[in-house]
Amino acid sequence: MSAQTILRTMVGFYIVLFFLFLFGPLIIMSVSAFNTPTFPQAYPFEAVTFRWFGQIFADGIMVGGILNSLYIGIGVVCVAVPIGLAGALVMTQIAPRLRPIYYTIVVSPVLTPGVILGISTLVFWDRLGTAIGADYDSLFYSGFFLTVLGQSTFISAYCMLVFLARLQRFDRTQEEAALDLGASHVQVFRKILVPFLRPAILSSAVLAFLASFENYNTTLFTIQSEATLTTVLAGRVRMGTQPDIAALAVIIIGVTIAGAIAYEIAKRREAARERADRDIARRATTDDLVWHRPAEAKAG
Amino acid sequence: MSETLLVLPALLLAGFGLAILLRRPAGAVGGPGFVERNGAVIAAYLVVAVGFWVLLMIVLPQLYMVDFSFRNNLPLPKQGGPEDVHTLKNYRYLLFGPEGSDQAFNWLHLKVFAKTIVASVLVTFFDFCLCYPIAYYIAQVARGGSSRLLFVCLLIPFWVNEILRAFAFRIIFGTSGVLNTVLIGMGILPPDAPIDFLRADVALYAGLSYAYVLMMVFPLYNAIESLDHNQIEAARDLGSPWWRIHWRVVMPHAKPGIASGCVMVFMLAAGALATPQILGGPSSLWFTQVIYDQFFQGANWPRGSAYAFVLLVSSIIFVMSAMRLFKVNLGDIAR
Repeated sequence: MSAQTILRTMVGFYIVLFFLFLFGPLIIMSVSAFNTPTFPQAYPFEAVTFRWFGQIFADGIMVGGILNSLYIGIGVVCVAVPIGLAGALVMTQIAPRLRPIYYTIVVSPVLTPGVILGISTLVFWDRLGTAIGADYDSLFYSGFFLTVLGQSTFISAYCMLVFLARLQRFDRTQEEAALDLGASHVQVFRKILVPFLRPAILSSAVLAFLASFENYNTTLFTIQSEATLTTVLAGRVRMGTQPDIAALAVIIIGVTIAGAIAYEIAKRREAARERADRDIARRATTDDLVWHRPAEAKAG
Repeated sequence: MSETLLVLPALLLAGFGLAILLRRPAGAVGGPGFVERNGAVIAAYLVVAVGFWVLLMIVLPQLYMVDFSFRNNLPLPKQGGPEDVHTLKNYRYLLFGPEGSDQAFNWLHLKVFAKTIVASVLVTFFDFCLCYPIAYYIAQVARGGSSRLLFVCLLIPFWVNEILRAFAFRIIFGTSGVLNTVLIGMGILPPDAPIDFLRADVALYAGLSYAYVLMMVFPLYNAIESLDHNQIEAARDLGSPWWRIHWRVVMPHAKPGIASGCVMVFMLAAGALATPQILGGPSSLWFTQVIYDQFFQGANWPRGSAYAFVLLVSSIIFVMSAMRLFKVNLGDIAR
């Protein structure tokens, strides 16, 4: 056996181990969701049951948490996508001297620990509310409002990065042409910029919703007396482990895998379409060249 | 005090709006200003959205948190009264503990802080060692279909909630969990003495490394993928051993990715809350848990803010030193 073969075997072995580490815990958890003992256990496997799946949907607090997470996720999409778009547009227009400062400020929430974003949001709105003597049922103390804001602080930055990537390929002459032809700025925005950015709007909305749905660190501080799926889950898991949480995990894994695959396929298709467009454009310019060349050749 | 609370944001907002409105695009002297370029409606949308984000969501909350951390913990009626003054006592508490305690330092909290930082560095290092070979393999060695398949396989666990991942580790590492059952079944452990992996923090470190593996793989993959494979071939043809190819060719090229992955993993590990809550032993704490307890068990928001600020500053120091060490800038890290 040559050194090359030994090396290749070792690399293969390592890759298998790595993916075992990655998927092993998820597989064990999924198996325990179908096993009968009341303590989640994958081994020994006693009998197949779907009891834990039924139990999840009979659990009012859990279902309430899921609904709250959905509402907050929708709220975050409505706040973070427009802010991210505005942030990206300002980034393309801001004076080069100010750009590094602006970039540092708006990207800093991505790197700030989520706990700190939650705390600062909570403290800021609480003090503002106290200062103007707001009611306790006003927005300043509302768990929903604070959670949407706290999460949007960093999720807007994610959205902005998605928009910036797309804007790099935007041809500003289209806007100028429309303006010269008498379109208003709002029309240019609606008819040229937004359609061009549509894929970025879609993917940033998906990203924002998923990031909001699985957020825990920021939410824990801002949510106060309400509960979301993640805070309910964490409370349950800390109290003790039950197989119905494993069942919920199986559902979430199933949904996310389906979603991730759909998202990947959409992205691939988009990339393929763009490649095709570029090919057509290239072929068109090559045709142009071919069309003109005989004349040049004759002249030469 | 309430007036300053309101005047400050208003002034900043106005200043920010003016700065944008009055500014001319550099390079084009006398070119169109911000409003002419975007139209009044769109310009207003941009200023309001970005102004709200930068001021009311990012800058002011952080400033208020820092200001709050220098205040006394007062009940509502006493706020704004003579006792509402700035003080260092919350920071003093982190260092020296309650006044009149018999210990010179607040060892309990300081130890938790040190453990959080050291353990996060170790988790980061471990994840780097774990991910580098995989990222290199997928980016440079694997071809076409298999590379794409491996990449999709990496993505799937990334979309599973952090709490559920920690829960999975609890099923494995619990006293009657899978690992103990298997070890007892194989006769390695006596049936009456399972190992308490949770108490020993083994589950915590495994869970943290697992949770952030992917934040390390993706930046590394992106960086290594952009390296021209011919450079590796050239180094090999010139007789360089495999470790020197990595040390002198691949790693220098992947430096922004390495910095990005390390910063992300460190920040996420140091700021983790769910994983330590679920997988930490009963007697061991993570610094974020201490912060949480100050807020919701001790009802001492100023002290909690002070602790949060200490965590933030140490994170910033880590990011800055990583950027200095790898000679990269923020744009390379946050992508």
